Amino acid sequence: MSGYWIGIITILAINIVFAYGIFLAVATGQLNLGGAGFQAIGAYSAAWLSAEMGMPLYVTIPASILVTGLIGFAFAFPILRLKGVYLVLGTFAFAEVVVGIIINSDALGGAMGLPVPDYIDWPVPVAGAVVAALICFYIMSTRLGLVVRAVHDDDVVSDLMGVDVRMVRVAMFALGAGLAGLSGGLYAHAYTYVEVQTFNSALSIYVLLYVLLGGAQTPWGPMVGAAFFTLVPELLRNLLPQMKVAVMSVFGVEGAVTPPDESWRFVLLGVVTVLMMVFRSEGLVTRQLVERLSHPFRRRSSNATQKEAEA
Amino acid sequence: MSTVPLLSVENLSISFGGLKVIDDVSFTLEQGGRLALIGPNGAGKTTIFNLLSGVYRQDAGHVRLGGQLIDTVPSRQRIGFGMARSFQNIRLMPHLGVVENVMLGQHSRADRPGGLLAPLSFLGRSKARAEAEALLAEMGIEVMPGQDVSTLPYGIRKKIELVRALAARPRLLLLDEPAAGLNGAETEELMAFLDRISASGVTLLVVEHDMGLVRSLCTRAVVLNFGRKIYDGPTAEVQRDPLVLEAYLGPRHSDKSEASDVA
Repeated sequence: MSGYWIGIITILAINIVFAYGIFLAVATGQLNLGGAGFQAIGAYSAAWLSAEMGMPLYVTIPASILVTGLIGFAFAFPILRLKGVYLVLGTFAFAEVVVGIIINSDALGGAMGLPVPDYIDWPVPVAGAVVAALICFYIMSTRLGLVVRAVHDDDVVSDLMGVDVRMVRVAMFALGAGLAGLSGGLYAHAYTYVEVQTFNSALSIYVLLYVLLGGAQTPWGPMVGAAFFTLVPELLRNLLPQMKVAVMSVFGVEGAVTPPDESWRFVLLGVVTVLMMVFRSEGLVTRQLVERLSHPFRRRSSNATQKEAEA
Repeated sequence: MSTVPLLSVENLSISFGGLKVIDDVSFTLEQGGRLALIGPNGAGKTTIFNLLSGVYRQDAGHVRLGGQLIDTVPSRQRIGFGMARSFQNIRLMPHLGVVENVMLGQHSRADRPGGLLAPLSFLGRSKARAEAEALLAEMGIEVMPGQDVSTLPYGIRKKIELVRALAARPRLLLLDEPAAGLNGAETEELMAFLDRISASGVTLLVVEHDMGLVRSLCTRAVVLNFGRKIYDGPTAEVQRDPLVLEAYLGPRHSDKSEASDVA
């Protein structure tokens, strides 16, 4: 495999883990716009343990999960008292605070960043993505998963059904923070360098977009969303020059065409995002889509009975 | 048979701002009984339901279920005492399937905390799912596996909400306008449905506007007006009570009908 593809697979795997971290919170109806903050905690935990303490990988990666999960758990109690847009702003502010602390901390390298001694090759992040996906698929298939989806739909009725709404929200938020921390730990070791500028607000917005545009109803959504938003910009990198050639040839310009500016990729990505919000506001993968794909025969028979009922 | 009533509401009061929405209301409901809670719009019927289920906390008074005080129990735990409810506007979970909605109704009976992590649909089947499907079939609701709630007709969704409440195996079922928005045939079907539930030993407390349904379903009625209880007695006589007539139709009309009653 070429270095280019190894790089893409690594970042794709890290993004999938990251997206699952945010997904667990969003699945209970809590928008978490503090993703970059949690990833930063995970990345810096692993980096610091590796660089300053000389800890091996099998300590630093679990530590990145544990530290971030515990901070997420402690943070969940006050923050989940907020609702709707206030919660979004609260989590956003959390990420800013994390970045602020890191940048002012000499032990963590401040604005200079930290070099990480141990390097991991692409199979480790891919294994991380597989594990994160399995965890999320399993959770969503249990009674806890059912309750998570119920809390997302109607917390008052869930409460009357005997669901401990607060416990479910806190647990999912903390577990999600743990996964976001894992993505940070993987990032630190895959790039062997962490600097605080990486964990900016745009990153928080992107990872939330992966989840919302991929679809937060099933665990397929974050995977599809992260893959879409990681791979499409890369495809556009090759596609854009060809598109420009095609467009220019319509206007009669043949031969050598100067390649378009890099930023056009993100213009197109923005357009795609807007179109998806308009046409599939519940995300690319909905529960109905999964049902339809997994029960093609039942679907047909239900159509038949519906027709009978109408007749 | 115990002599303790299943539900006993004692001097219940609640105010919102300066408005006394429920004012010193008391009534009891015996095990296996069917009681209608009626009254004009805004009389406080749904507020009583919200007090019983713990959505609101009363200012004064007590609620006992099977002799146990439940008015300080958190709303989440009340279903465990054997009380389940339906809602005036159907409140099924839109992103859960039909069977999953019913499985949510079973939640209060599930083992905890271990039961939370038991897979429900990992390989498509589980005890909980089979039980929910059986309960739906028993109540005459045929659904396709994984069918969406939102695609179903209003009457069927209303029934599914009832089944979800039944899935908790309640002793007391609170029904908030079960017949609202149903056509004649659907109302009759609902009646048969509620008869079966009642016959199985579930106690019913019903808020309803359809007097025909109230008379045929319930033997006793409590009438509220402006948060006060104005009548507690047989449903057969409720429409002849002067205070009830006054509440619904205004004072002059009640005078006339009282006169005609005498005559």
